[in-house]
Amino acid sequence: MNNFTQLIAPNLNNYIILCSILFTIGVLGVLIRKNIIIIFMSIELMLNSINLLLTAFSVHHGESSGQVFVFFIMAVAAAEITVGLAILVMIYRNTGSVNIESLKNLKW
Amino acid sequence: MNVLILSSLLGIIAMVSEIFGFKKSIWYLVIFSLLGIFFVNISQWDTAIRYYNNSDMIFIDNFSIAFSGLLILLAFSWFVLSQDQYKTGEFNISDHYAQIIFSLTGGLVLTSYANLSMLFLGIEIMSIPLYILAGSRKHSLASNEAALKYFMMGAFATGFLLFGITLIYGVTGSFNLGIIQQYVIDNSSNLPIMFYAGIGMLIIGLGFKVTAFPFHFWAPDVYEGAPMMITAFMATLVKTAAFAGFYRLFGTCFPSLGHNFIFTIGFMAGATILIGNLLAAYQSNIKRLMAYSGIAQAGYLLLTLLVLNNKSSNVLLFYLGSYATATLLAFAITYWVSYQKGSKHLDIFKGLYKSNPILAIALTISMLSLAGIPPTTGFFAKFYLFNLLLEEHYLPLVVLSVIGSLISVYYYFKVIINMYGYEEENSTTIEIGLISQLFVLLISITIIALGIWPEFFIQLLAQ
Repeated sequence: MNNFTQLIAPNLNNYIILCSILFTIGVLGVLIRKNIIIIFMSIELMLNSINLLLTAFSVHHGESSGQVFVFFIMAVAAAEITVGLAILVMIYRNTGSVNIESLKNLKW
Repeated sequence: MNVLILSSLLGIIAMVSEIFGFKKSIWYLVIFSLLGIFFVNISQWDTAIRYYNNSDMIFIDNFSIAFSGLLILLAFSWFVLSQDQYKTGEFNISDHYAQIIFSLTGGLVLTSYANLSMLFLGIEIMSIPLYILAGSRKHSLASNEAALKYFMMGAFATGFLLFGITLIYGVTGSFNLGIIQQYVIDNSSNLPIMFYAGIGMLIIGLGFKVTAFPFHFWAPDVYEGAPMMITAFMATLVKTAAFAGFYRLFGTCFPSLGHNFIFTIGFMAGATILIGNLLAAYQSNIKRLMAYSGIAQAGYLLLTLLVLNNKSSNVLLFYLGSYATATLLAFAITYWVSYQKGSKHLDIFKGLYKSNPILAIALTISMLSLAGIPPTTGFFAKFYLFNLLLEEHYLPLVVLSVIGSLISVYYYFKVIINMYGYEEENSTTIEIGLISQLFVLLISITIIALGIWPEFFIQLLAQ
C-alpha cells in the first residue's frame, strides 16, 4: 500500500508520464478517428496535456512564466478551434456529413 | 517592434475599411503603407534592440531586419499581382486583405522572436488567418477540404511544437533563447534525454510548417484546393517566414548539438529533395507541380541548417528570396492563364508564347530560376548553397542535391516546352492591367539582374 501511494504521489516524473500518455491518446485520436468533431476534441486533449505539463514544470522550477504560457495556449487554442468549427460548419452544409471520409476529392 | 505595430494597425485599418466605406481605395492604402513599413524596417539596420527587457520577447537584429524586409517586399508583390483576383468580386476584399496582413504580422514575429512563447504566437498568428483564407471559396468542396486539411495538420503540428517547447522548458527552466543557448553550452556533454526529445518534437512541428519530408503530404492537397493567389501566398511568404523562424531557433539555441542533429536534418533534407522532385515529375496539374516543387526547394533550404553561421543565414536569405520571387511570379501568371482557360492542367500553357509573349517570357524566366539555370538568381542561390556545404565537407548531400536539380529540370521544362512547342487555334490575348504587367516585367528583370550581380545580397549579413 505504501509503495502504491508513492507511485501515484504528485511528483514531477509522474506528471511527465501522465502528460505523455494523454498527449499520445490525443495523437492517436487525431490519426485514427473518422469523426471530425472527435478529431477536434483529440487536438484539444493534446493541447491540454501540454498545459498540465507546463504547469507542473513551472511549479518544479519555481518560476511563473510557464503558467503564463498556459494562458497563451488557452487563448490561441480557443481562437484556433473557433476557426476549425467554422470550417466544419461549412463542410457540413456542403456534404451533409462530419465524417472525414466524405472528403477525398484531392489526390493525384 | 515599430514594424510589428504598424503592420497590425494596417491590418485593423483594412478590416474596418468596409465599415467606414473606403473599400475602393484600400488597395492603394495597403500598397503605400507596406512601402512605408519597409522603409521603417530598413531604417533600423545595424541597431540591435531588445524589447521587453526582463524576459527578452523580441530581438531586432540584422537577421530579423533582412528577413522582415524580404517578407514585406513579398507581401507588396503579392498585393500588386493579386489585384486582378479581387476585381472579379468573388471574394470580400477587406476581409482578405486584413487576414493577409495579419498573417504577414505573424511572419514578422517569426523573424524576430527571442522567446519560445513568441515563436508559438508567431506561428499561430501566421497560420490561423490562412486556415480561413484556404477555405474562402465557401461552396467549392475542394476549397473546404483544403481548409480542413490545412487546419488539422496545422493544429496537429502546433501540438508537437508546444510539446517540444514544454520539454525544453522543463529541462532549462526558461523560454528565453539566450538562456537555453547558455544551457546548451554549459551542459553540451551530458544533455538529458528529455532535451533531445524536445528538439525532436520541435523539428516535427516546424517540419510540418516548412513541408519537409515526412511531413509534406498535406501541401499538394492544400495548395490544389485553395484559391490560386492564396496558394501563392502560402507557397512564398509563409514558407519564407517559417524557414526564418526555424533557422533563428536552431541558429541561436542549438548551434553545437553535434552528430545526431546533423544526421536528422541531413536525412530530412535529402529525402525531401528526392521525394519532392520525383513526385513533381509525375504531376499534370500545375498547382500540384508547384507544390511538389516547393517541397523540393524546402529540402535545399533545410540544408542551410547544417551549417549554422553568418554565411549560411545569408545563403538562406538569398535562396528564399530567389525561390519566393520566382514562385510568386509563376503563380501569378498561372492565375491569369488558368482564369481565362478555366483549367489547371499543364495544357493551358500551350501556345502561350504566340498569344502572350510577355507572360510566356516571364514564366520562362521564373521556371529557369527555379531549375537553377544561369543567368538567374536560382543558379547563384544553388551555387552559394553547394559552396557552403562543400566547405563543411557534406559531399554526399551535394551530390544528392545535384541529382535532384537534374530531375527538376525535366518538369520545369515541361512547362516551358508547352508554352513554345505547341500552337493552339483559338488562343486569345489575356487582358491584364498595366500595373500588373509592368510589375511582372520588373520581377523578371530583378530575377535576371540579381543573377548577374548577386554580390550585394550575398554580403548583406556576412559582416
